[in-house]
Amino acid sequence: MKLDEVPQDDSKAFEGQRKRLYARNADGEYTTALSSGWEAEDVVLDQAVEEYNRFTREARQRVQQGLSSPLEYHIYAHRMDLTVLAQATGLFRWQVRRHLKPAVFDRLGPRKMQCYEEAFQMTAEQLRSLPPEDDKNND
Amino acid sequence: MTDFDHQQTAHCESGAVAALLRHNGLDLSEPMVFGLSTALTYAYIPLVKMGGMPLLAYRMPPGRVIRGLSKRLGVRFHFERFRRPADGTRALDQYLQQGSPVGLQASVYWLPYFPENMRFHFNAHNLVAYGKEGDDYLISDPTFEEPMRADTASLQRARFVKGMLAPKGLIYYPEPITEAPDLHKAIPGAIRSTSNMMLRTPLPFVGIRGIRHVARHMEKLSPANEHYNKLLIGHMVRMQEEIGTGGAGFRFLFASFLQESAGILSNDGLKAAADQFTDAGDEWRRFALYAAKMLKGRSTLDYGKLAAQLRQVADMEQQGYRMLLDLKLG
Repeated sequence: MKLDEVPQDDSKAFEGQRKRLYARNADGEYTTALSSGWEAEDVVLDQAVEEYNRFTREARQRVQQGLSSPLEYHIYAHRMDLTVLAQATGLFRWQVRRHLKPAVFDRLGPRKMQCYEEAFQMTAEQLRSLPPEDDKNND
Repeated sequence: MTDFDHQQTAHCESGAVAALLRHNGLDLSEPMVFGLSTALTYAYIPLVKMGGMPLLAYRMPPGRVIRGLSKRLGVRFHFERFRRPADGTRALDQYLQQGSPVGLQASVYWLPYFPENMRFHFNAHNLVAYGKEGDDYLISDPTFEEPMRADTASLQRARFVKGMLAPKGLIYYPEPITEAPDLHKAIPGAIRSTSNMMLRTPLPFVGIRGIRHVARHMEKLSPANEHYNKLLIGHMVRMQEEIGTGGAGFRFLFASFLQESAGILSNDGLKAAADQFTDAGDEWRRFALYAAKMLKGRSTLDYGKLAAQLRQVADMEQQGYRMLLDLKLG
């Protein structure tokens, strides 16, 4: 990559930040250059974020229909999955999966609840409910 | 307050290590740190899943840069981990009070200064803390242009997440450096080690064979699973470009290391190899571009074309490592 090939595509995800890339100057010497983003990278980043957003939306519906506990919503809203949450709480995967049942989650004891409070940095009350739909940060 | 010379780099770990060494009187460039630590690789491990995607790496696992460099140069690093978060925070505060900047491992997701869409659950991010003002830590994060700040609660949270690659509050810093390391001896060993690993690892999913393995896998993707296939292709491009690689999955960083080494060892063969890896890097970028176009629907999804591009990359890299081994450095 030459210096004038360093992409400057103003990626939204960077929020004004720029990242450093290695490229060669006209004499072929390596140097670094700042890039404001690359469209190809934006495509795959959007894809990854959108996948979590889709899971989050679908989880919200399941929670509203009473098929799933709010825990499922919070997992995807935090860009986690079952495995990541199990590791982050120290619980087993099967335990977390069991807590996705509304009836089980409603009766969850304070000790298990605390695991989730720590992992998500949320209060028990927040965990037991869904945030409003228009909240862009969570959907 | 401690003066710390913040410099933005491409990759967090090599950047943090280079910054700490510079602060302790050993000035090495980021490419030199990366190259000497033999951190370059290619590995595809379908058995290990991250967020439903197979593990795909263009560099060795986190921690390799520090340990690899330490071994290669004989510079010792001090490591500390903590069971209790409060202990980790107290120790950090103590180092900062003494005026010693230290390297930290932390989760990207919980660092308050990361842009929203860049926050993922990656627990092995590296940064340097060099001071504290009130409740805020002064942070030199190698992947950001300017020094950053993080409040005490957030930083403690980010340093003590549990899960894969859990940082356990890791603090590290180089021990006093008594003599300047001999790069004339270290460079040939590092280059040989990386070339051997890429060409001769007896596993089908590591090195050159790994790239060809993924090319085969790509050809065999069933059109029926288009959604998953697209995610997989996107994942490959993200691992290659997004995660602080300096472009083309660390290949430009490696080429820069070879070019710098060519100067130090006055070896024109290394210069030619640097050109070869620059070209290979350009082919990696082309792969990313093709993939992005297909994902966006601007060109037809063609697994065969992506596989062919990967084979092109594999051929060029193979030639590059052979050139390096044929140089018979030291």
